[in-house]
Amino acid sequence: MSSTDLTSLTIAEIRDGLSAKAFSATELTKAYLASMEAARSLNAYIVETPEQALTMAAASDERLAKGEARALEGVPLGIKDLFATEGVHTQAASHILDQFKPNYESTVTANLWNDGAVMLGKLNMDEFAMGSSNETSYYGPVVNPWRKEGSNAPLVPGGSSGGSAAAVAARLCAGATATDTGGSIRQPAAFTGTVGIKPTYGRCSRWGTVAFASSLDQAGPIARTVRDAAILLKSMASVDEKDTTSVDVPVGDYEGAVGQSVKGLRIGIPREYRLDGMSDEIEALWQQGIAWLKEAGAEIVDISLPHTKYALPAYYIVAPAEASSNLARYDGVRYGLRVPGDDIASMYENTRSAGFGHEVKRRILIGTYVLSAGYYDAYYVRAQRIRTLIKRDFDLAFAAGVDAVLTPATPSAAFGLAEMATASPVEMYLNDIFTVTVNMAGLPGLAVPAGLDKAKLPLGLQLIGRPFEEETLFRLGQVIEDAAGSFAPSKWW
Amino acid sequence: MSVDIATVKRVAHLARIAVTEEEAASFQGEINAILGFAEQLNEVDVEGVEPLTSVVAQTMKKREDVVTDGFYADRVVANAPVSDDDFFVVPKVVE
Repeated sequence: MSSTDLTSLTIAEIRDGLSAKAFSATELTKAYLASMEAARSLNAYIVETPEQALTMAAASDERLAKGEARALEGVPLGIKDLFATEGVHTQAASHILDQFKPNYESTVTANLWNDGAVMLGKLNMDEFAMGSSNETSYYGPVVNPWRKEGSNAPLVPGGSSGGSAAAVAARLCAGATATDTGGSIRQPAAFTGTVGIKPTYGRCSRWGTVAFASSLDQAGPIARTVRDAAILLKSMASVDEKDTTSVDVPVGDYEGAVGQSVKGLRIGIPREYRLDGMSDEIEALWQQGIAWLKEAGAEIVDISLPHTKYALPAYYIVAPAEASSNLARYDGVRYGLRVPGDDIASMYENTRSAGFGHEVKRRILIGTYVLSAGYYDAYYVRAQRIRTLIKRDFDLAFAAGVDAVLTPATPSAAFGLAEMATASPVEMYLNDIFTVTVNMAGLPGLAVPAGLDKAKLPLGLQLIGRPFEEETLFRLGQVIEDAAGSFAPSKWW
Repeated sequence: MSVDIATVKRVAHLARIAVTEEEAASFQGEINAILGFAEQLNEVDVEGVEPLTSVVAQTMKKREDVVTDGFYADRVVANAPVSDDDFFVVPKVVE
């Protein structure tokens, strides 16, 4: 098989090919390492780990030869820079973690290696996962492998998991880990024609994942197909004693759900997601999704989630508040960068000033402000009360018999690099308008490619499920994938 | 509500982030844009609504109060910018 053929295989096909001895794990890993080298202009990887990858692939080949293959044996993956990987660069794409190499492994990545996966390197992202375009990275922006038809203008891949999404779309890994605090898996997946799932809060352990907003952060996979996302989630998810918010529910048979009938499932269409000024293309995509699910036997019902419009402003109180608290640990003492000062306070101030980028500093300042004396009740407690109402909206819909909710994934297709540079932060935050409610309520959300816009850029739909019913999303997602097909960018890099 | 430049500087000091005059001015505008966006939260009647502290109805897990990990100070300080004999080193705090 040629190198290009190998990197175009899905994870399910890799599994079959390796067990049939059509190629070796080492050949597959070498093909990916070559494609990564040829795609450095996309800036998807911060660090490539070829030696480690080849060692892991050789170990997989030994396992395969003995007939002892595990669930992800020999599958080459990219890892978002947010996950602690032992002895390997882990900086959340920030300067403040300069030279940090953890001597421990995150639970999610440990689960993947225990299932035989191969690490290709660490993927670029928005600094501390704060961004919707991957432009806040200390390592520079990631370029989307997709371009508008007839244009060479570089586009953003979305964020914060922009490196993960770009690498999966450009065939620089078979699948990738990602994280989602307000849409950071689903929005980049939609911008790159890939599949991404943010599982229920508590499904994947947060242990060893650099914290942004602890009550919202969840890890999940980005992959090329619904089935691949299901395969990856099965390995990433676990019940973990080291994370007190890890929920004691057995991990489901996600791949087994792929291809199951959706007949009789009730799909809610929330009227509050029909925004003023929403483009005709997004509306048409949504209607197409409704038609596909109806044809497959699902029942479509109109629902109301009345507090939807308050999710984004409440999120931009809650998330910075938690971030300001979590990021207090970067003090120039225990790890990472240190910039000297006259005394300890100025050492802290100089270190944090040089180490954090502008977006991160702004969120820390807002968080510090809304948690400060006199404002705590007016901002933080009020936002947390509204969060209760947002969750209640979903609870009521599910109690009324809705099995899942269908919405657009993003309000637009990928935008140009630096196009939002002069926009107000609020305009950039609007990218997450359809995804952020899901984090606020702790629910699972799947983004699945559903078509191309007029400029031939991918657009995605989002399915939102009941807590710990990811299987339902995989069933429905496969129906959309079957109808819409898969989308790959044509290679220009 | 909006913040003035003195408040931005005070908050930056609370957060231990040194800011230049130029940065403080830029943050002031951005913070006020976000606080303005958050104003709409005041429209919602939250009387009697409990703040959400956990999205999953689960009591916090507890474990036995025993040592399960540790005894490797060298690994703990391995990533410190400055350390000495398994201690973190900081500028002099007490004269």
